[in-house]
Amino acid sequence: MTARAVRPGTSTGLSRRHALFGGLCLCCLGTASLSAGAYAEAFTLDEVGPGVFVRKGLIADATPENADAIANIGFIVGRSGVLVTESGGSLADGRWLRAEIAKRTDKPVTHVVLSHVHPDHVFGAGAFAGDEPVFIGHAKLKKALDARGAFYRQRLIDLLGEAATGPVVYPTLAVADTAQVDLGDRTLTFTAHGPAHTTCDLSMIDSGSGLLFPADLLFVDRIPSLDGSLKGWLTEVERLKGMGPSRAVPGHGPTAVDLAPALAALTGYLTALRDGTRAAITRDVPIDKAVASVAADQRSKWALFDTYNGRNVTVAYQELEWD
Amino acid sequence: MRSALLALGLTLSAATLAGPLSPAHAAGASDTDQERTARWQEIAKSIFGDRQIEKTDTLVKIDAPARALDAALVPITLTMPEPGRIKAVSLVIDDNPAPYAAKFEFGPAADPSELKLRVRVNNYTDMHAVVETADGKLYEAKQFVKASGGCSAPMGMSDEEAMRGMGDMRMKFAEAQPGKPVEATLMIRHPNFSGMQMNQVTRDYTPARYIDKLTVSEGDRKIFTMTGDISISSNPVINFGFKPDGKPLQVAASDNQGGRWTHSFTPPSPTN
Repeated sequence: MTARAVRPGTSTGLSRRHALFGGLCLCCLGTASLSAGAYAEAFTLDEVGPGVFVRKGLIADATPENADAIANIGFIVGRSGVLVTESGGSLADGRWLRAEIAKRTDKPVTHVVLSHVHPDHVFGAGAFAGDEPVFIGHAKLKKALDARGAFYRQRLIDLLGEAATGPVVYPTLAVADTAQVDLGDRTLTFTAHGPAHTTCDLSMIDSGSGLLFPADLLFVDRIPSLDGSLKGWLTEVERLKGMGPSRAVPGHGPTAVDLAPALAALTGYLTALRDGTRAAITRDVPIDKAVASVAADQRSKWALFDTYNGRNVTVAYQELEWD
Repeated sequence: MRSALLALGLTLSAATLAGPLSPAHAAGASDTDQERTARWQEIAKSIFGDRQIEKTDTLVKIDAPARALDAALVPITLTMPEPGRIKAVSLVIDDNPAPYAAKFEFGPAADPSELKLRVRVNNYTDMHAVVETADGKLYEAKQFVKASGGCSAPMGMSDEEAMRGMGDMRMKFAEAQPGKPVEATLMIRHPNFSGMQMNQVTRDYTPARYIDKLTVSEGDRKIFTMTGDISISSNPVINFGFKPDGKPLQVAASDNQGGRWTHSFTPPSPTN
């Protein structure tokens, strides 16, 4: 026995395992997605405001069958061109949206919004590469994509196959504070938010419809997922309340909602998560026990609660235990 | 060898981050019990040589979630109901790239009845706890955990942000009762970079930087020394028991890049 072998860090038996996993990997490659016909049946676009079209994402996680079409995606038609509000969860999902746009207008797609780093919101962007639009994102999106883009892409490839997944697309217009885009007859005003749902959340207000597009700063019906800062998210919710619009297109849930009650429900969950996690930390309830009890009274209010709540508690615990 | 391992972690990681992707298939999910046993025998031999390891249901028990909510932070509790007999405990995560996650060697001021820590888990894997008793014998307990990608999952922040405040520490003490052991929680700010987290643009891996040695003592009486590795989660949190004698607790931590930090904490006096 060598001295090296008795300390942690010793690796053993790895070549053989590499071979085993190499074999396993082949069966991970799913085949792609919904056929065009199945898509047409599954999805429709709601015109939620004049020239504003939104597709309701599935309240589900990505599977080989659903092409990661789980976020609310859509577009806004202006006099000078089309702005894509969210591009979709995969190249397949983005291509479906591109085809729907072509059915309704010949105007060029001039802008595509990348609302934050999560795969269900950015992997449709590749479907618009041929339009050569401006890709708009938060100033911190680039670094977030640097860190996670390829990781997310590989996981999507495992589910959907490479052809349906698409590339990681980077923003070409980075918003550090606010920015405006003029489509001729309507103006889109962007706001870069502080760490909240993620560290790179971008919201948008459309002057033509008066709608707010908070992306995943607003979840409706589907349980919010925390990947930025819990305290920061509660701060940004207050900011959204003061931005003017009374109607919004949430990142997940119905295609359009009244903003005030939707934010109240979101605040209800985030507050329960914060207060429950804080109480657990104060009472020395460890993380493995806290995940089962914190925010349990919110369970009946949110779809996919059991899938995400425990993870949200884990993230919140790490943030709040250093307070 | 190293680069093959890194690629393995990245290629096969399925679901860890908050993005809504479900794990369709996860690495290690289909291995047979025989394969797992053979792997453990191989690892045990490399760590403990030819020493006999007996199975135990009583000397050590592992509590871990059957399915990890967050593969980069899997809470583990090691329970040792006969603390007086325990000299050391090792935690091995069989299918992690560096399976030997941590070794705790206890001193005279320790109460090793219960020990909690947070680890990264890269695959569906067996986890082993091996205790060494005062008479020099080894005993093992096992627990299976479903998780994937915990070692290669990118952190939600830049490397610079992750390193902010590195070496800061806190200690929390549970309420003390006269003559009884006290439970304490040590928190350390440290990214504990696994060396498998890749910057996708430069294609460079953030070099492994992890707490490799941690000693907690009360005056000149040792509570424990931990030898750690990349399987310990970032911002390590360790929950342990000690026998108070009124002296402050001294913590000395070092990492594999030469970082060294010491702190002192004063436990509250026992309440009657």
